[in-house]
Amino acid sequence: MGSQRDSCLWLLVSAMLLCCVSPLKAELKNSQHDSHSNSNITGISIVSFKWEHVKAPYIVAVWVLVCFLCKLVIEANHHVTSIIPESALLICAGFILGGIIWGADHQQTFSLTPVVFFYYLLPPIIVDSGYHMPNKLFFSNLGAILVHAIIGTCWNAATLGLSLWGCQKGGAMGDLDIGLLQYLLFGSLIAAVDPVAVLAVFEQVHVNDVLFILVFGESLLNDGVTVVLFNVFDAFVTLGGAQIDAVEIIKGIISFFVVAFGGSLLGMVFGILMCFLTRCTKNIEIIEPGFIFVVGYLSYLTAEMLSLSAILSCVFCGVCCQKYINANMNENSVKTVKYVMKVLANGSETMIFVFLGISAIDKTIWVWNTGFILLTLLFIFVYRFIGVFLLTWPLNRYRLVPLEFIDQLIMGFGGLRGAVAYGLAVMMDEKKIKEKNLMVSTTLIVVFFTVIIQGILMKPVVTWLKVKRATLHDLTLIEKVQNRVFEHMLVAVEDISGQIGHNYFRDKWKNFEEKWMMWMLMKPSARKTQDHVFSVFHQLNLKDAVEYVTEGERSGSLEFIRNDSVLIDFKKKLGKTPPPPLYPGEDPVPSVSLEMHEQTMNGLREMEDLNSHHLLQEHLYKGRKQHRHRFSRNHLSINTDEDEVQEIFQRTMRKRLESFKSAKMGMALPKTISKHTKKEQQKVRTPNGKNRISVDEGMGLPLIQLIEIIRHLFSIKINLVKLGNDSGSGIENPAFMADLDPVVPLQIPPWLAEAELDSGGVAPSQRAQARPPLTAGDLRRLAPLRISTQSTDSFMMADIPDAEQRRDSFDLPPPPPPPP
Amino acid sequence: LSFLECSWRFCGRFKALWMKAALPDFKIRELTENPIGGRIIAAFFPPEKERLDFPSFVRILAHFRPIGKNRSRDRAQPEQANSRTGKLKFAFELYDQDRDGKISREELLQVLRAMLGLQVTEEQLRSIAERAIQEADLDGDGAISFDEFKKSLEKVDMEHKMNIRFLK
Repeated sequence: MGSQRDSCLWLLVSAMLLCCVSPLKAELKNSQHDSHSNSNITGISIVSFKWEHVKAPYIVAVWVLVCFLCKLVIEANHHVTSIIPESALLICAGFILGGIIWGADHQQTFSLTPVVFFYYLLPPIIVDSGYHMPNKLFFSNLGAILVHAIIGTCWNAATLGLSLWGCQKGGAMGDLDIGLLQYLLFGSLIAAVDPVAVLAVFEQVHVNDVLFILVFGESLLNDGVTVVLFNVFDAFVTLGGAQIDAVEIIKGIISFFVVAFGGSLLGMVFGILMCFLTRCTKNIEIIEPGFIFVVGYLSYLTAEMLSLSAILSCVFCGVCCQKYINANMNENSVKTVKYVMKVLANGSETMIFVFLGISAIDKTIWVWNTGFILLTLLFIFVYRFIGVFLLTWPLNRYRLVPLEFIDQLIMGFGGLRGAVAYGLAVMMDEKKIKEKNLMVSTTLIVVFFTVIIQGILMKPVVTWLKVKRATLHDLTLIEKVQNRVFEHMLVAVEDISGQIGHNYFRDKWKNFEEKWMMWMLMKPSARKTQDHVFSVFHQLNLKDAVEYVTEGERSGSLEFIRNDSVLIDFKKKLGKTPPPPLYPGEDPVPSVSLEMHEQTMNGLREMEDLNSHHLLQEHLYKGRKQHRHRFSRNHLSINTDEDEVQEIFQRTMRKRLESFKSAKMGMALPKTISKHTKKEQQKVRTPNGKNRISVDEGMGLPLIQLIEIIRHLFSIKINLVKLGNDSGSGIENPAFMADLDPVVPLQIPPWLAEAELDSGGVAPSQRAQARPPLTAGDLRRLAPLRISTQSTDSFMMADIPDAEQRRDSFDLPPPPPPPP
Repeated sequence: LSFLECSWRFCGRFKALWMKAALPDFKIRELTENPIGGRIIAAFFPPEKERLDFPSFVRILAHFRPIGKNRSRDRAQPEQANSRTGKLKFAFELYDQDRDGKISREELLQVLRAMLGLQVTEEQLRSIAERAIQEADLDGDGAISFDEFKKSLEKVDMEHKMNIRFLK
């Protein structure tokens, strides 16, 4: 109920906003003459209404706001959006807005002009899709994609044009003044599958990856063909029918190759430029993301300037550079690029659909010719299916995994036309093509039909035909390792059989890449951490750590919740927490994180709060490197005392490792974490008092892993350690850097500086540095915090002999409930 | 083997390679660079045999055929070489060199070391191996049995992973 009320409210507000703007604008247009003449006569005005100064940006901003408001209104109710795709609803919102404008202005003042569309609204979407393109999938299916894009589009254009011409000759469309060439022109602009529409509709349906990449890849790559066909036929129409001879046709074919390959090469050049740039931007990390956007946009515009295919250029720019850029830039920049691109792309998509709707409400462009329109719709639909089937049949002979019939059906059904066709239609010259308005209206109707009706039907059809859907599953390390093994296996078998196959090329490319490309395009530091399995491992550990913390916070009995200053740190860190952690029962595959959750939940209820606080410290240090930006927007200062920090770090790590190793040897602890045998249960229940850190093997092992990762990362990222007051990124636990003592010259990773666990101070104090922090075994020092809040107590407790502590510290916690 | 029956036309190519392989100084250069090349070659040889005959050779290669669908003949035979289980078994045996039916931590570590050894340190390899085993190990014995292996890869699309195009 509330949401409906809200949405009505918003709609009203946006309608009012719009109604205010347009009559205001109309009035001001009339009154601007008056104001000019009056301006010098009266005295100084205290406040004046400077509409003319801000007019252009103001209108743009208001429109953007209105489009976003529409999206807000639409997304308020999920029941509707699950049936009707959002794009369709946006178009309808556009209709409504168009009606409002019509009522206010009685003429079409806002419509989707080709300039705005092609130069401002389309590039973000294409850059975004290029940057986030799944490269592996794309290149393994590249053959099929190219075949469909090139041959399929030509087929669609030719058949549509010819059929319509034939029908006109046959008299089905009444009296129209359109020649064959114009029909072919029309066919070429409406034949192309549109990436915006495909993205908008397919993203809600989640079909399997191969199918998606085929349709989407086709929609992107067919721009090369569309541009060429459109320009060629446009030129032909201008020349007239008489002057077309073999030379012109050959020129047309050559121009296709030039446009397509030229566009792609240009995109690759820009992509490599981007890689070089990010390689050198170590000192200006703050505006690194800016380079990506600017260079991406430039690739689009440059291709447009050279009359090459702009979409191809953008796509290949993104495709080439994504891997190297993601490796070169630091984590924050990568995230920034990703999110800003998504915002821009989504925003553009919203605006495109809304404006498409608005553009439809215009009396001047509508010419209705039933035959033409209906026949176009019919032919588009039919020829798309025929084209897909015809092309997939020979493709399947060469594909490893043939495309099933059902997938082909969806491919045919997914041939959606969209705003690109409309943009091209509006760009036509009406002096050359007398029936331009008819074509524009037909294009609009086709677009609306495909987006709205095919969009609505897509989900039911996919469900009905039982198309294989995308499987979302968690990353597991074993899968990644196994995938790697498979790759090597395939290469080996291909070598054995003497066959030069797909995997052979992939392997060769990998070797080439490792030798040359990485050396050129990646920062030396980035090269070291390139391995895929390792990065998955890193991600998994990060995920575990985050889940651990959020789970701990939720159960609410952690020390740091009571302690304000520490809480602030965590909130800062966890400001952007990922989705809520897995409830232990839900996760079928036992994982390290699961164990941590269960331990948290059981352990916390019995253990000392600070024990868990300490554990959290240990697991959180991997979190994020944060750049604290104080007042200088450009400068992130870095620690210069690397050696000192490194030395202390290594010393303590060595000590800690020894203690872990001896603990591991000394106890026959189970290696599993999903179940505990009775033996351990009994061990646990020996009353050891509350002041234990129960770090069991399950905890210890991820600890070792995390420590090792830290050591590895530390040696690479040593220059990002925060120093004292200065801003800078931390070693992986910035939580304890937040309130650093000004006195502290060094930052010690918190698991080392256990002294600072007292309340109030999370800063490693001078004393902590003076004595090397004790190992994980010596966790008993945390005990006295209950007694007093003075930091000195912890140090005194630390003198308790190691042996006793070590024995205690590795007791198992109470067994977790077995996962269901 | 039904596979043998319908692939006689490929025998020519295999036989040529076979002849080459029979020479004492046979070495495929790329295989030596392949991190698991040694294991794959070892997989071709049945246990405790020094020589490989042609049917065995083809039998191993049969694992890499695409998974066939409407083959009524094959349904009668259990454990087709190119079924999903057959492929997984082959992959499993690459790890399990001592043929005890389980992938122990050491065995996993060896494979990881071979594949990743240059880029990742020893401790990290150990951690990765440990974590991988923890993810897959359901009965808690610290090693991955074939069933656990199969289960952990149940979401992997085998059709794309272990097929070679020429074996059609």
